[in-house]
Amino acid sequence: MSAHPHASSANLAAPVGGKLFNTATFICGILIAMMVAILIVRFIFGLGAVTNLNDGYPWGIWVVVDVIIGSAFACGGFSVAMLVYIFNKGEYHPMVRPALLASLFGYTLAGVGVIFDLGRYWNFWHILWPTYANPNSVMFEVALCISCYIIVMWIEFSPVFMEKWGMKVQKKKLEKVLFFFIALGTLLPMMHQSSLGTLLVVMGSQVNPLWQTPIVPLLYLLSAITIGYGVVLFESCVASSAYRRTIEMHLLQPMAKIMLGMLAVFIVVRTVDLLVRGALGHAFTPSLEAFYFWLETGFFLLPFLLVGSAEARRNPARLFLAGCSIMLAGVFLRVNGFLIGYDTGPGWNYFPSIAEMLVTIGMFAIEVLGYIIITRRFPVLPREEAQSAH
Amino acid sequence: MALEKTSRRSFLKGVLAASGAVAATVAPQQACARDTLQRPPEGLGLLYDATLCVGCQACVAACKQANDNPAEFNAMDKLWDTPLDTSGHTFNLIKMYRNGTMEQKDSELNGFSFMKTSCMHCADPSCVSACPVSAMLKDPVTGVVGYDPDACIGCRYCVAACPFGIPKYQYDSPTGKIGKCELCRHRHDEGHYSACAEVCPTGATLFGRTEDLLAEAKRRLALKPGDWARMPRGRLPAQNETPEQAAKWKGLLDQSYEAQVGNYLQHVYGEKEYGGTQVLKLSAVNFQKAGMPDLPPKSSAATSETIQHSLYGGLIMPIAVLAGLTWVAKRNVVADDEPAKGGKS
Repeated sequence: MSAHPHASSANLAAPVGGKLFNTATFICGILIAMMVAILIVRFIFGLGAVTNLNDGYPWGIWVVVDVIIGSAFACGGFSVAMLVYIFNKGEYHPMVRPALLASLFGYTLAGVGVIFDLGRYWNFWHILWPTYANPNSVMFEVALCISCYIIVMWIEFSPVFMEKWGMKVQKKKLEKVLFFFIALGTLLPMMHQSSLGTLLVVMGSQVNPLWQTPIVPLLYLLSAITIGYGVVLFESCVASSAYRRTIEMHLLQPMAKIMLGMLAVFIVVRTVDLLVRGALGHAFTPSLEAFYFWLETGFFLLPFLLVGSAEARRNPARLFLAGCSIMLAGVFLRVNGFLIGYDTGPGWNYFPSIAEMLVTIGMFAIEVLGYIIITRRFPVLPREEAQSAH
Repeated sequence: MALEKTSRRSFLKGVLAASGAVAATVAPQQACARDTLQRPPEGLGLLYDATLCVGCQACVAACKQANDNPAEFNAMDKLWDTPLDTSGHTFNLIKMYRNGTMEQKDSELNGFSFMKTSCMHCADPSCVSACPVSAMLKDPVTGVVGYDPDACIGCRYCVAACPFGIPKYQYDSPTGKIGKCELCRHRHDEGHYSACAEVCPTGATLFGRTEDLLAEAKRRLALKPGDWARMPRGRLPAQNETPEQAAKWKGLLDQSYEAQVGNYLQHVYGEKEYGGTQVLKLSAVNFQKAGMPDLPPKSSAATSETIQHSLYGGLIMPIAVLAGLTWVAKRNVVADDEPAKGGKS
């Protein structure tokens, strides 16, 4: 990616170095191996052999967690790039690469993970083939848009590989047009993160009124941007602690403030929508849905308690917890809409099987493993000496 | 100071561009509103009359045979086909409503009633709107909602979308398909209409054009409960049907018989639900109690497509937003060796 006037990335980012084989990568390897074993069974015997999916709950955690939540967690790159390149906040530039890397993995795996869940996966290419296209379908828009975004992100991230492999000429050429890919990389997530919410609309009254609203695309988009900042807080803290690096507090503090701003907008929109539609009553009936609604709302409000004051934002632990809280809030918003608040009538139940969970865990293990390998070998994280200059 | 000013100005530009983008991405426009679709005039369907149904399940067996579906066992002895619900291998089922002592047929209190479960062939089907690869299509003439396994990717969005829980997936197979009633459209060319209507001994399931079936349903609702009246069986001939048109279908033309008029609720289920369905239902027991969902006259497909087309119609909005974002990004992205513009260092 191109340098920003406030900070030249080529001078700031550097490989962390160190061994690739350690406890963390070993555990990731085992989890990935278990996932592969389960997937072999799934592809030989069918979805029913390993999942608890049924016709009342045709979408389980492979869709809701791996794809819908996984891609929301992968919004760090989008949120930070928007801050740097659209809002011209160049000081956040050192965060772009690590955030983009996590996004790259999140989205690429969401795209691959979909294949495991598709009942007729060998027809997968139909979704990109014009003669099969159904422009009325929300899923069609989501699939097309995510596919494009994965390609755009690899292009946005490719300067990292070019730096490593000394492809100076190509890097220079790419940087001349990179602004367009950055713009595209901001537009595409806006489109599909909102549409991931719109997926609920056609399900009609099967989705509880607490989560079924015509403005669901706006809610999902706003929450995805907020989650993007939350994920960056989370990742920065974890990466700093795992690699024993200094935490970029001078960046995380103002970013937490921006996150709270976005969060406030989300909460206002969410509340006004519930009031206007008269759906808030459902939150006060004693039901599982109401319980999960308040759990979700609690996690959306918690960051204000955790990092509401400037003093609290100076505490890295609080920033980390605020990041976790906003991620959990995003998890519940999506799980509640697609699973808890989704009711197709009496007699239908769903709780993921161990095998389903192991596949989801395996997917996250690939992300962690990939993040470790690339940050250790490629110039992604800010160079440590440069940090001390601040 | 100069730097402060410039970056603030471009920050504000960014705010403007991005909030414009967000507003443009999400604000639905009236101009793109998509109305609920209506039934095609020649649309085919079924009329199910719960008061005539005796629960013999002959239609369930005939459906299995017509669609080459295997038996599903849920009883201890695996002798009979005993599906508990429609599935990827069972496209039609007669379910039962039970209450209290179950003494009286078609009574909500201490009674029982039957309800057919199969595809309603909606005027504006959620499954067709949901399917990303056009594997679910509604025939423009017959209105039959058909499924093409060769196009299907198995995402099961149709399963999730249908308010009647009709499309079902075959989870027991590595190459599972979606299974649902297609009104026996594969038998129409041979002159056979829906197998369930063909075999129904009481005319509880009747095949025909939905407009004719709707008129028949309204005729029954106007009759006095308990009176004897003629009830057609098999296929209901279309209004002003010519002998040539009638010759298209096999089977006796008039199979009608005298039956007692049921104590109907004054509601033709499917006349207005979700813009109307091509399968209509009559019942003496509350439809929701008998397992049919309470649906508004506006289809959720119309709501969903209004949102989608407002945002993405002609790709106008995405392209406009992209142009704005590109303009802002071009100003804010500067290559490594290029001197920064606008007084920035």
